[in-house]
Amino acid sequence: MNAVASSFTPRLPALDRVPCVDEVGVEERVARFCSRSIKKESKVQALKLALSMIDLTTLEGQDTRGKVTQLCQKAIHVHDSRPGLPHVAAVCVYPTMVAVARQALRGHDIKVASVATAFPSGMAPLGVKLEETRIAVQEGADEVDMVISRGAFLEGDHQLVFDEIVAIKEACGHAYLKVILETGELGTLDRVRRASTLAMHAGADFIKTSTGKIQPAATLPVTLVMLQAIRDYYHATGRRVGMKPAGGISKAKLALQYLVMLRETLGEGWLTAERFRFGASSLVNDIVMQLEKQGTGVYQSADYFSRD
Amino acid sequence: MARRKTSSKSNSLSSRSVSRVPVAKTYKLYIDGKFPRSESGRYYSLRRGDTRVLANVCRGSRKDFRDAVVAARNACGAWSRSSAYLRGQILYRAAEMLEGRAGQFAAELVLQGVARRRAETEVAAAIDRLVYYAGWADKYQQVFSTVNPVSTSHFNFSVLEPTGVVAIIAPETSGLLGLVSNVAPAVAGGNTCIVLASKSLPLCAISFAEVLHASDFPAGVINVLTGLKEELIEPFASHMDVNAVVYGDADAQAARKIQELAADNIKRVILRSGVDWNSAATQSPYSISDTQETKTTWHPIGS
Amino acid sequence: MASPESKLQFDTDWKYSAAPESTDHVRIDRQYELFIGGQFVAPRARQYFETINPANEKVLARVARADRTDVDRAVAAARRAYERSWSKLKPAARGKYLYRIARMLQERAREFAAIESLDGGKPIRESRDIDVPLAAAHFFYYAGWADKLEYAFPGRRASPLGVAGQIIPWNFPLLMAAWKIAPALACGNTAVLKPAETTPLTALKLAELMRDVDLPAGVVNIVTGAGDTGAALVEHADVDKIAFTGSTEVGRQILRRLAGTGKHYTLELGGKAANIVFADAAIDQAVEGIVNGIFFNQGHVCCAGSRLLVQESVADEVIAKLKERMETLIVGDPLDKNTDIGAINSAAQLEKIEQYLRIGQAEGGEMYQSSCSLPATGYWCRPTLFSGMAQSNRVVQEEIFGPVLAIQTFRSFEEALDKANNTPYGLSGGVWTDKGAKIFKMTRALRAGVIWANTFNKFDPSAPFGGYKESGMGREGGLHGLGAYVELR
Repeated sequence: MNAVASSFTPRLPALDRVPCVDEVGVEERVARFCSRSIKKESKVQALKLALSMIDLTTLEGQDTRGKVTQLCQKAIHVHDSRPGLPHVAAVCVYPTMVAVARQALRGHDIKVASVATAFPSGMAPLGVKLEETRIAVQEGADEVDMVISRGAFLEGDHQLVFDEIVAIKEACGHAYLKVILETGELGTLDRVRRASTLAMHAGADFIKTSTGKIQPAATLPVTLVMLQAIRDYYHATGRRVGMKPAGGISKAKLALQYLVMLRETLGEGWLTAERFRFGASSLVNDIVMQLEKQGTGVYQSADYFSRD
Repeated sequence: MARRKTSSKSNSLSSRSVSRVPVAKTYKLYIDGKFPRSESGRYYSLRRGDTRVLANVCRGSRKDFRDAVVAARNACGAWSRSSAYLRGQILYRAAEMLEGRAGQFAAELVLQGVARRRAETEVAAAIDRLVYYAGWADKYQQVFSTVNPVSTSHFNFSVLEPTGVVAIIAPETSGLLGLVSNVAPAVAGGNTCIVLASKSLPLCAISFAEVLHASDFPAGVINVLTGLKEELIEPFASHMDVNAVVYGDADAQAARKIQELAADNIKRVILRSGVDWNSAATQSPYSISDTQETKTTWHPIGS
Repeated sequence: MASPESKLQFDTDWKYSAAPESTDHVRIDRQYELFIGGQFVAPRARQYFETINPANEKVLARVARADRTDVDRAVAAARRAYERSWSKLKPAARGKYLYRIARMLQERAREFAAIESLDGGKPIRESRDIDVPLAAAHFFYYAGWADKLEYAFPGRRASPLGVAGQIIPWNFPLLMAAWKIAPALACGNTAVLKPAETTPLTALKLAELMRDVDLPAGVVNIVTGAGDTGAALVEHADVDKIAFTGSTEVGRQILRRLAGTGKHYTLELGGKAANIVFADAAIDQAVEGIVNGIFFNQGHVCCAGSRLLVQESVADEVIAKLKERMETLIVGDPLDKNTDIGAINSAAQLEKIEQYLRIGQAEGGEMYQSSCSLPATGYWCRPTLFSGMAQSNRVVQEEIFGPVLAIQTFRSFEEALDKANNTPYGLSGGVWTDKGAKIFKMTRALRAGVIWANTFNKFDPSAPFGGYKESGMGREGGLHGLGAYVELR
């Protein structure tokens, strides 16, 4: 993953020049992606790719050391009885659990991502959000998932939203920054497109759909709009920004539809965990069940797959 | 529970065997895609002659009606937004389902005292009426909508929209056809409804609910109640979350009472009395437009 | 602006495996006869021709060639059925037969879709998701009108015309059969249908279906053959109405033949639709609409958006995005579920298209084709753009009927409108803008029978379709579509 170059200068773009989005047209394009038929070898390859892109996530008030440690075990030992499976990309937790995750993942090439900035609401003074970010990074987070100030965005204060991202990016130091737009609260695809462009110009390494704490979370239409924004930004600047849909993706079939969409919008450069992540938890087992079915030819039962 | 007439004829073989005890049917209400009993637990007996009980019929309460309105209102958004083609397909499916059970319905009408020939004619007419309104679902809009040639630079069009939740008091003298003739146009037009069956001929209404249940109608689009008209007219006509009420009997006093009660929330009142439901002349797209509103939209024409 | 260094790489390591539609449940007979008077009967002269799969040039079946005497038999059967059975039925009963056809077509949908793709070359995804469902919907829609004609024509009583002679093209074989048969029967007429020479199979399967729903004998008759079969039908004295969908040139010949005969007629002919993209359009969705407009069904669409008129300030951006989008279009086996663009319908059509590619280049147009691979056998054409074109170029004026888009720029609304209308054709048009008022201004002034705003190639049985000027006359679909098949008193 290429982090933002030191020569990068964040600059608020002219958001009224961003193309508007027609919702019906987007949904039709999505329907076409969903009618792709991914079978046999290409299905196995895609399932493994999807598995390697998962940010295995637990973000609950009732998270404990025990819970996080066990989740990290699942991240490492996805389904040992079938060898050759990739491990997940990262484990995503609250800042107070970063150290626990680091310890549990010691010696393994799995990143620790931490939410910060008063996740999920973002309703805290900037100073508090910056401090939380620094703590998460100090504790050992490789990646920070921040939330934008949706209220400010809806009020039209784009400059404030922009400046916050720039500041958080700085506080991240060497850690990569994922910017959560919380698309379910932005409401329209036009706003999603503008927020995406704003976040990328502010220095985001990834743009992410949702916190997963409200409905709707990630959807295919919203993701397509964000991928198109990434594409336009890439053509304009040469910088590749990653994308992460989060929340509501628990079925392998749906994950593959996201990959089809990714492949046909951005191509090879983004078909890697360096540039695409799924924010999910139960998706892991559905993917493994599908892989097992592909391998044995037999439909599977959930009883045979560990739930941590 | 409904008892069917068991045959008294038997051949020599079966006269030696024990004759089969039929399973009697329990008639319930149909609300929100489920078949509950009345929340009041009350019933009335449908009789032949002085003593013979054909069935116990649920005596629906104002609370049952209230629950049915909630279900109809919840279902209204999605049903009114569904495509006209889908509504037509579902109504046609109801015709398919009813056709398959024509014998059962005719027997049920006979059980309630209708002559066999008339019963069979009525069932066939009910099926064909469903087909008729299925065919209007994606056409009434074309007949009744307009593009209006206003004199300013505006594109101006008027379309029909369903009024919402329609409460229907089915005709007393018809056990099936009258009910179908009022329900079908209302839902073809995107409304949801609650219908009160005839008091003296209530059984086919509930069996018809089973047909609807098997026809892909979403829960709550059509709700079927049985009970005493004199108790239920008042909630039907006065409920503030009902948009229109349809009354199918010729009782002028009842009609007037309905209109008075309906005035509170300016309900649309549709009186359909003295109608020969068997006649094909009674079916028309105007039965659909009766439960529609008209919306006019203006949009500038310019750069 | 995309630079060569920032080109996206769509030929990825992860490729889609073949996803063939299964055909083991599909039945195609080795030989088909004519369908006359409710039965399959051999042609009088015992002449047959082959129909092939354009994706691999293999023979699918032998099909009867109807000559003048066969056409005569078919018309006689249609006349007999009209007078003795069909007109005697209650309108509601006629409707019920049409409902049966609709429902059985839904039941057999998968089989019909596979055969449509095999015979004509269109992708299975399109025949499965669009052609077959729309055909069933057409029957369903018109079934409902059969007993409701009294409401369709204010102040007039509608009665059937009699026997309809119907000639359909090869680009939407089953759908065109539905568009013709459904309204004709709903209005009380009987029909003799001549499918296109290269795509007879789904019409013949439809004949089997109509026999299976017990449609009274002779109400629909299918006479397969080539141009002379169609001519025999047009010239037949006992046909009351001719409905034709095909090229403008053949439409002209038909009109000359019908002159003075008193026959009713409707024509749905060629087109060269302008797809107009304004700078304030939702650009990404407009690009998708352009792709849908010209590459859908291999461009074998009379209403295809075969001219792109793009506002000059966004032309480079739109063309760059278009080229990028074309890279992910999969051209290949029509029976593969991932194929976007199938086979060109015939060798003859491919030759016509390739001639235009030569013409376009000779005219100085900048030709661009996607880099997709093509199968070794069969008839194929890559999606193609010609940019820098002008009104005076032949690839802008003439209908190519293939996946070839001619691109021109414009500066103002008036210029776009003028270029769009500056053609003998007038079937359809597209306008892309986020501004509603501009849509209505454009739709009021565009001389075309179907206008798509912020969308393209949308069809519905309830929406009338047909052209202005040399794109034909009469409408199919909707309430207006009934007019073609009734006499009003």
